Amino acid sequence: MEQEKLLEVRNISKSFPGVKALEDICFSVKKGSVHVLCGENGAGKSTLMKIINGIYKADSGQIFVGGQQVDIQDPIKARSLGISMIFQELNYTPEMTVEESLFIGRLPTKRFGRVDWKTIRKETVALLAREGLPYDPQTKLKDLTVSDLQMLEITKAIFHDADILIMDEPSSSIAQKEVETLFEKIEDLRSRGKGIVYISHKMDEIFRIADEISILRDGIIVETRPKEEFNIQTVIAMMVGRELGGDFPKEEIGLGDTVLEVSNFTGSKGFHNINFNLHAGEIIGFAGLVGAGRTELVRALFGLDPHRGGTLRLHGKEIQIKNVQDSIKNGVVMLSEDRRRYGLVLIRDVKENVTLATLSRFFRGGRLRVKEENEAVEKVCRRIRVKTPSIDTQVSTLSGGNQQKIVLSKWMLQNPEILILDEPTRGIDVGAKFEIYKLMTEIVSEGKSIIMVSSELPELIGMCDRIYVMAGGKITGELERAEFSQEKIMRYAMGMQ
Amino acid sequence: MTPMLRKSLDVWHVIKSRYSIYFVLVVMFCMCALLNENFLSPRNLANISAQISVTTILAFGETLLIIGGMLDLSCGSVLAFAGLMSVYFFKLTGSLPLAFSIGLCFGMLWNLLNGILVRYFKAPPFIATLAILAMARGSALLFTKGRNIYQIGDFVWFGQGSIGFVPVPVIFMVLIAVITWYILHHTTFGRSLYAVGGNEEAARASGINVGRIQIGAYLINGAFVGLAGLLLMSRVNAGLPNAGIGYEFEALTAAIIGGTSFSGGIGTAGGTLAGAFIVGFLNNIMNLTGVDSYLQQVIKGAIIALAVIYDIRAKTKRSQKGLGGVEHQGETKTSA
Repeated sequence: MEQEKLLEVRNISKSFPGVKALEDICFSVKKGSVHVLCGENGAGKSTLMKIINGIYKADSGQIFVGGQQVDIQDPIKARSLGISMIFQELNYTPEMTVEESLFIGRLPTKRFGRVDWKTIRKETVALLAREGLPYDPQTKLKDLTVSDLQMLEITKAIFHDADILIMDEPSSSIAQKEVETLFEKIEDLRSRGKGIVYISHKMDEIFRIADEISILRDGIIVETRPKEEFNIQTVIAMMVGRELGGDFPKEEIGLGDTVLEVSNFTGSKGFHNINFNLHAGEIIGFAGLVGAGRTELVRALFGLDPHRGGTLRLHGKEIQIKNVQDSIKNGVVMLSEDRRRYGLVLIRDVKENVTLATLSRFFRGGRLRVKEENEAVEKVCRRIRVKTPSIDTQVSTLSGGNQQKIVLSKWMLQNPEILILDEPTRGIDVGAKFEIYKLMTEIVSEGKSIIMVSSELPELIGMCDRIYVMAGGKITGELERAEFSQEKIMRYAMGMQ
Repeated sequence: MTPMLRKSLDVWHVIKSRYSIYFVLVVMFCMCALLNENFLSPRNLANISAQISVTTILAFGETLLIIGGMLDLSCGSVLAFAGLMSVYFFKLTGSLPLAFSIGLCFGMLWNLLNGILVRYFKAPPFIATLAILAMARGSALLFTKGRNIYQIGDFVWFGQGSIGFVPVPVIFMVLIAVITWYILHHTTFGRSLYAVGGNEEAARASGINVGRIQIGAYLINGAFVGLAGLLLMSRVNAGLPNAGIGYEFEALTAAIIGGTSFSGGIGTAGGTLAGAFIVGFLNNIMNLTGVDSYLQQVIKGAIIALAVIYDIRAKTKRSQKGLGGVEHQGETKTSA
């Protein structure tokens, strides 16, 4: 029996400058079924969902809702077509009450525009009872747990007559026990004839709730089949079947002594009991899915966030990292994943950004030695191959790749011993990526060490000497260069042995 | 576009954005000279300079703070308190250097409070300095029980004396302008201040002690405010607990017209000095040509609005330019 298709997208394509995010995507959700969409970081899942929700506009292709072709310009239109999205990170107004949040945007009014609170109260109580939610209508949202908020969001979607619910990794922010509640709710919705798109990369969940599974890789739907025709092995193999590309400028460099030893390192959030070591001239990688705790780990290592416990040994000597100044003093520097936020002062010029961390070196006898500073900046920019009209150019006018090189120049001026690179090639074009790889090789050939966090497996495999894999805030695997494979890394990253 | 043409356009763009304020100043000066023959007389020009000296010194403090992403609403009140203390101690001891130091110290003391509120209690600068505004004014009035202090003797030298033909307050104003310029361009502190105001998180992630910079900026502002206070009391020949009301408005106006951006990270000492003179010329010419004093306020307000519109439009242009490069930031992150 052919079930009715609630939502169907045909031949959707979408490009961003420099990358093809989605290519010729066909995808549908049937009435009373759960369609799981899975894929690696950056496969294009969220882009697809944002197109369906009207946040992005597709370059080409059609969307059908209930058999009718529609044009979704914005989320309000999506809502009116019965599409509701439950985001991974819920946005909410902390001071709002449960009843207000349910009725916001459609408050019933009496004469003269007075809000009809009596009706609201009555309907809220009835709705909450019907959905089996034990909240008081006047509870403030800030007093609810993330799981409660999620339930409320789903309830609100149903209340607003949504037929299609899109859930973007809803289980990633809630506890195991609460996941059960969520799944019961999803079962309930399915039996009521709703169509659900569930985005996840957690194997156990996928196989538990899916009716159909689609696998997205590099912007292409690799396969769509009923759950029964898949098993865990085939799903993983399809997710990671990415082209490796052999063109990484990796050179074999004899490893030196252990430079850094991290033991039982535990953060106030995101990771616990991390143990790893790093040798001179080595590039180690941290692989893992989003939310594995990699960024949290390196941020704490750099002193940007506090940590709760554990010891750090640099050349065998214990060091204390309380803030960024401490780590810089010890020769540890970090290129953040978000260069616009943590890397650059965009409205200032190249020179000021490059010497920001080294100013005291040029300040002697009561003034900045500007000539000396200019020379140092020119020199490091030549070495890192920053392309800029002059060192007085405002940083915001440069391309992403050159901006990244400016952050790198800033840190190379420090002459650091350990360089932490968090997603160093995110958002930059292919040519600039290759240059960053080449610089990494040059840096380690001088006996320095690099810790690289990346969501792109090919680049980790191409550049690292060893890879640590993280999942759920722990290290779940360590691989030597000879053992590298995308499947192995992905298995560890999903927390499977 | 050929590279040559592009480069010369770039240079033009830089000249336009960096020096347009001085161009406005020159145009204004010429227009004033044409409008009224008295404008150009040395006495009138010296008068303008002396008149704007107090608020211009305040404006340099505001410039430093705004560049660092903060501001000070309390300067008018703190000025009164510090000026009073300076007068009071002069009457007790008769020592000008002591009176001078006392004025600066009390200015810094109140601003230490500003800094602590902003840094350690994370109070928004607007609210923190609003609180200090009330406290400092109240304290000044309490201290003299609301009365003025007269017969200030040699204290008048600060505000009414002159060296050669240049009035002492003008010398102080120029001195503070040079100090501000020096701080901003030749010290680690100044550079760090631009970074903290331009992007506090990036500054912290570059190893800058953000707290020290913020408190430091308030302390320097405090010294400027203290100096402005004693100059004002000396000019008016008395210790007035009610002096300086609304001066924060004048100071902010000069800084904003001078191109200091309220979103932080942008501003220069020269710009603020030019801004102060633009306001000074405007006030002067409106008085000379007999413009109604209520209308004068309207015109000044309108000019602030224009300056802000200009700042915002320049910024939009900048950020649009910034998106021109290869950029699809956040895309890989969101499509998790």
